[in-house]
Amino acid sequence: MNEIVPVVDLRGISIEFPGVKALDGVDLRLFQGEVHALMGENGAGKSTLIKALTGVYAIDSGTITVLGEQHRFAGPAEAQDARISTVYQEVNLCPNLSIEENILLGREPHRRGGIHWKEVRRRARAVLEQLNLGHLDPGSVLSSHSIAIQQLVAIARSVQVDAKVLILDEPTSSLDTEEVQQLFAVIRSLRDNGVAILFVSHFLEQVYEISDRMTVLRNGRLVGEFMTRELPRMSLISKMMGKELDALTELDRSDVRARPDRTDAVPLLLAEKLGRKGSVGNVDIALYEGQILGLAGLLGSGRTETARLLFGADRADQGQLTIRGTAQTLRSPRSAIDHGIAFSSENRKEEGLIGDLSVRDNLVLAMQASQGWLRRIPAPQQDQLTEKFIAALDIRPANKDALIRNLSGGNQQKVLLARWLITNPKLLILDEPTRGIDIGAKTQIQKLISTLAADGMSIIFISAELEEVLRLSDHIAVLKDRRMVADLPNDGVTMEDVMTIIAGSAA
Amino acid sequence: MSVVTRTPAPLNRTRISLLEGKARYAPTLATVGLFLAMFAAGAVMYPGFLSGQVFLNLLVDNTFLIVLAVGMTFVILTGGIDLSVGSVVALSMMIAAALLQAGWNPVAVIALVLLTGATFGLLMGLVIQVFEIQPFIVTLAGLFLARGLCYVISVDSITVTDPFFTAMAQARIPLGGRMFISPGVVIALLVVALAFYVLHQTRFGRTVYAIGGGESSALLMGLAVPRTKVLVYGISGLCSAVAGVLFSFYSLSGYSLAATGLELDAIAAVVVGGTLLTGGYGYVLGSLAGVLILGIVQTFISYEGTLSSWWTRIVIGALLLAFILLQKLFSRKVTVT
Repeated sequence: MNEIVPVVDLRGISIEFPGVKALDGVDLRLFQGEVHALMGENGAGKSTLIKALTGVYAIDSGTITVLGEQHRFAGPAEAQDARISTVYQEVNLCPNLSIEENILLGREPHRRGGIHWKEVRRRARAVLEQLNLGHLDPGSVLSSHSIAIQQLVAIARSVQVDAKVLILDEPTSSLDTEEVQQLFAVIRSLRDNGVAILFVSHFLEQVYEISDRMTVLRNGRLVGEFMTRELPRMSLISKMMGKELDALTELDRSDVRARPDRTDAVPLLLAEKLGRKGSVGNVDIALYEGQILGLAGLLGSGRTETARLLFGADRADQGQLTIRGTAQTLRSPRSAIDHGIAFSSENRKEEGLIGDLSVRDNLVLAMQASQGWLRRIPAPQQDQLTEKFIAALDIRPANKDALIRNLSGGNQQKVLLARWLITNPKLLILDEPTRGIDIGAKTQIQKLISTLAADGMSIIFISAELEEVLRLSDHIAVLKDRRMVADLPNDGVTMEDVMTIIAGSAA
Repeated sequence: MSVVTRTPAPLNRTRISLLEGKARYAPTLATVGLFLAMFAAGAVMYPGFLSGQVFLNLLVDNTFLIVLAVGMTFVILTGGIDLSVGSVVALSMMIAAALLQAGWNPVAVIALVLLTGATFGLLMGLVIQVFEIQPFIVTLAGLFLARGLCYVISVDSITVTDPFFTAMAQARIPLGGRMFISPGVVIALLVVALAFYVLHQTRFGRTVYAIGGGESSALLMGLAVPRTKVLVYGISGLCSAVAGVLFSFYSLSGYSLAATGLELDAIAAVVVGGTLLTGGYGYVLGSLAGVLILGIVQTFISYEGTLSSWWTRIVIGALLLAFILLQKLFSRKVTVT
């Protein structure tokens, strides 16, 4: 059936981490002149498979065959010698060096007496021109360019080694539409030159636009290899999620109807013309118990700034804040926490989670802090609590001793959420809780949020995805240019309505 | 010629950082500028300051510090630190003095001292790399170890009477107009030139910069990161041994307490010379300028006459603080990008 020999043939790859079986007998074939998409939810094993192929992780079992030759890579350099190049999500170049050096580092042409800098420049320029990046000054320092350009420089580096296999791990996550098209043009021309390309992305549209073939992983296992044009989107999604798509549609608008304002009750949180000079202004919010308030607006419109004001991370210098009927000034996050306010920030990697501790330890930390340090929580209670939250949030692997850093992004987010839930807050502020996590985990988190609200918790929900905000919120506060411009009750508000407000001139 | 190429400004140039383009040289240029300003101030304030020999004496009196600063520049460029250099200088002097006293051939002595220093540095580098221990701790252990070994050799000061060493101590290379330098200056400047060549013209040197810019990136780019990290400590150890020999030429003795705290002077010179302690940015010529600044501060104090020599330390402390704050300003602009 396959008369063409694959450039890369991975067979039965297994990798185990302490407590986690990251990959279990996975196959992957890459063919010359094809773009191959590697699909799967967070935690499916995509990153691990890539790291096995690039020599970062050693494989426990299985074979790696490149161009007919079996390999056991002991490091990235060996994979590169086998003409496999990788461009990672975070640009792995040296920001302190020039573009030309970054392209040729480790392979600089020499002449008698040292590096031939003129030749370095000539070759760098040739590669850049090949990628339509001729306008870049090869001598300029990398850190002076945007992430998009840095990413393209990383690709230029792999083109320069004359790679047979190019791996692109989430290359588009920080690019705008135009930059994505520029990248795709580069990918297509490389493909036409016979390079085998492995493309990993969360964006389904992009995968369907660029890929010829795809391999789907789920929970560290191979689901199958498919031709892109023969696999409809819906069946791809169900293959990735391992269940039919009910979960997605289940959570439609009628399910989360706008809970009416209980004007008879005292609002939990009332902000009147709240603001801070240079940060955000004109924030008018009335949030009742069990309501979800969505903050909508473009990047930089003041969404996070609003959250920080309400959490006391920044001090308001305008307007009035009332909590349960009493005027309050939040001087610090600590006083906000005392009022039962919790804030889950958008940087889950840097704030909140300790990668080298287990799921249980991370959860208990929050509880212990609220109990006071002297009263130790007994071990059985710790276990019981952890198991409860692992089950409630469907944290995978369902192992309370697994280390946080071995968990995928979506599961880390769930642990972080669980940490706040343990403290039983009255108001939970979630800043981008679903960013960068896959559709399955996303749905779970959205459902969880509406369940929490139904149980009486008030939630402020921030997301760049307007659709998500509309689906979940009872009220939508629209921000524009660091001012709150509208407060819409969510009774049939459409995305167009919100966009019109954002697009319209400021009131 | 790189300046001449006028390309249209890239559209995606979002933020301007002070370390981009030619501004990369700003910290080093500031150091050179400061040195020139201090020299000019000295010329105005004190008669006889403005002479070639005053400048040359800065080199003559600081040959060992120049060489130490060169080795330290390699280490700091990778984001590391080497606290052992002062002790290794003392150990080198003690080994040299003891062996010369025992009647060894001076050339063999120098060869052995250099070998010892390089080995000592390589071993520290191996410990840092293989066991992934902080360079601060490993080289601190090296500091104590080398200093302790000095006392094993001799508690008392040993005078060097070897004819070759005394000849080197007294030799003067005339430069015309009654100006002169010592052979040590020639050696130190050769070391600077060699280091400049290695850092800018060899793959090893560029890897040193790459590690400072991002170690994991350098690793993923397939560069020889482990080997390079071990080697920079070897280079620093070798430079310490060379500095020890130069110090012996200068002082004609070996003494266990010699060069105490010299590692801190070397670090100060490198930082004042514009190298970022976090690694990745800096030039060996800046370190040379840093040593000259430290030297000219000392010259100032001695010209003043009434001030105690501890004022040197105070001024150096203030300068160091000023330069570190300056660096913070530069690097903050960088991290924003």
